[in-house]
Amino acid sequence: MKILRNLIDKIKPNFVKGGKLEKWYPAFEAMETFLFSPGEVTTNKVHVRDAVDLKRTMITVVIAMIPTLLFGIWNVGYQHYLAYGMEMTHMDYFLFGLQKVVPIIVVSYSVGLGVEFIFAVVKGHAVSEGYLVTGLLIPLVLPVTIPLWMVALAAIFCTLMGKEIFGGTGMNFMNPALLARAFLFFAFPAFMSGDIWTDLSPESGQVILDAYSGATNLVAYDVNYQHIQSVSDMFFGFEQGSIGETSVLACLIGAFILVITGIGSWKIMVSVFAGAALMGLFFNGIAPVDDPTNYMHTPFYYHWLMGGFAFGAVYMATDPVTAAHTEKGKWVYGLLIGGLIVIIRAFNPAYPEAVMMVILLMNVHAPLIDHIVVQNHIKKRLRRAAQ
Amino acid sequence: MSTATVAPVKPKEKKEGLLSKKNRRTLFDPLDDNNPITVQVLGVCSALAVTIQVKPAIIMALGLTLVSAFSSLIIALIRDSIPGRIRMIVQLIIVALLVTLVDQVLKAFMYDVSKQLSVFVGLIITNCIVMGRLEAFAMAQKPWPSFLDGIGNGLGYGIILITVAVVREFWGAGKILGFQIVPQWAYDHGYVNNGLMALPPAALFTIGMYIWWQRSRKPKLVNVS
Repeated sequence: MKILRNLIDKIKPNFVKGGKLEKWYPAFEAMETFLFSPGEVTTNKVHVRDAVDLKRTMITVVIAMIPTLLFGIWNVGYQHYLAYGMEMTHMDYFLFGLQKVVPIIVVSYSVGLGVEFIFAVVKGHAVSEGYLVTGLLIPLVLPVTIPLWMVALAAIFCTLMGKEIFGGTGMNFMNPALLARAFLFFAFPAFMSGDIWTDLSPESGQVILDAYSGATNLVAYDVNYQHIQSVSDMFFGFEQGSIGETSVLACLIGAFILVITGIGSWKIMVSVFAGAALMGLFFNGIAPVDDPTNYMHTPFYYHWLMGGFAFGAVYMATDPVTAAHTEKGKWVYGLLIGGLIVIIRAFNPAYPEAVMMVILLMNVHAPLIDHIVVQNHIKKRLRRAAQ
Repeated sequence: MSTATVAPVKPKEKKEGLLSKKNRRTLFDPLDDNNPITVQVLGVCSALAVTIQVKPAIIMALGLTLVSAFSSLIIALIRDSIPGRIRMIVQLIIVALLVTLVDQVLKAFMYDVSKQLSVFVGLIITNCIVMGRLEAFAMAQKPWPSFLDGIGNGLGYGIILITVAVVREFWGAGKILGFQIVPQWAYDHGYVNNGLMALPPAALFTIGMYIWWQRSRKPKLVNVS
């Protein structure tokens, strides 16, 4: 540590104002604060400086994502060997997953941070830590079979169009990681839907089981909701899907970390789940009686367990930049996300998973919700003042 | 509309040259500094629709340039005899006449392009650039500057259209003007055409990128439109 500190102190004069490499200060500053917590103190008038700065916030979110990541890695291996009908140890599952998932994470981080560094140096602002979260979210919402160059393209796209074009971290109005996924979904549909959820790289001497089906539960659900996997399978995550989304349990552990540290809004998480439950119950009420396998009969908690619902509710919808900011607005925002997801799942069989698009849609509407809440508040105060 | 170049009409002592400094500005400003799409924000709708391939984009740009130039010329010629209250109708009739001409010529000589452009040629009449320039410029200017303004704005529109179309056709189909640019070995090694680029949103954010690039090149344009 001491050696590192000395080294940094030695090269620092090159980067500060007037130094030879002044232009590269943002890059230097990013590396320095990444290694050591910044020693600056506020120089102006007195004000409170919280220990939780942007960097700590982002690192906490990354920690909250670790359960889903670890489970996702294991599940990639599990699904792979399941398709070949091979019994392996947990370590084998994990190692296989590691081998497939780590390249995606490395590409996502290196390409995205590369774009961030270029912009920081060109525009002379500090490298922001927002990408630490985005860079891990992108692999978690992609299928494991995605080609790496597509991951790179998506990372570039979401950094440019999701953030930098609006002025960098905190200025974006849509969740960058979801934007990356939406980009891939529309740009390369063949790699983002269909039988791509399990890695089927060949195993010597083995053939894929006849019973193997590449369809996720959401596809089965539209045909006959009773044919989807058991509730416990879906809760623990022994199903096919994007790398990090399958396990509801892992998402709940992440949610616990986010809520305890006060970083994610529990109001949004609760209201997303509540919105889906209310809409699910409503559909149960209007479901056709003579067709007992109709998707409208689906119990509402299936919606909580299927697809990326929990992942979206915990990690995506709660993004503090793109969610509604007012406290009342958060409830409305969450309820609408939950409700819309169930409506689209029920009425659009061509597009089984709605979580991504609904969250992006509500990201766009979040300022409108905030505006209405604030205006209502102003009106209420005016009425009270007039009395 | 906000930056429309409505110069106050002042009495001139001597005759202006055909390509005087002012006229040159009228012609070249819309190409960049006063671009109809990225600065005046006119005619965006058709820029989203006809930019999947380069060829239709070129035809569309030419069609619009013709219509906008000649309608400006005609309106400027008769501007003093148009009653103010029905000027829109008069403008529309002239634009409609020219659009029909362009449409018929396309149908007669370039049938497949005409098919590809479908309604969008007919919809030049609703293109905000034509009406916007008539209202903002031709109604108050002499015929020659109006004609130049029409050509300039048509070409400014064309620049954006063709730029966007090149980006979209390259990424979306690996071709430019129908010629294969991305080599076959790239496809053999797993390259795939980008399906998003064939959808209208792609044009929207390509124009967004263009505006970003234009504004960072010329800070004076920031917050103009």
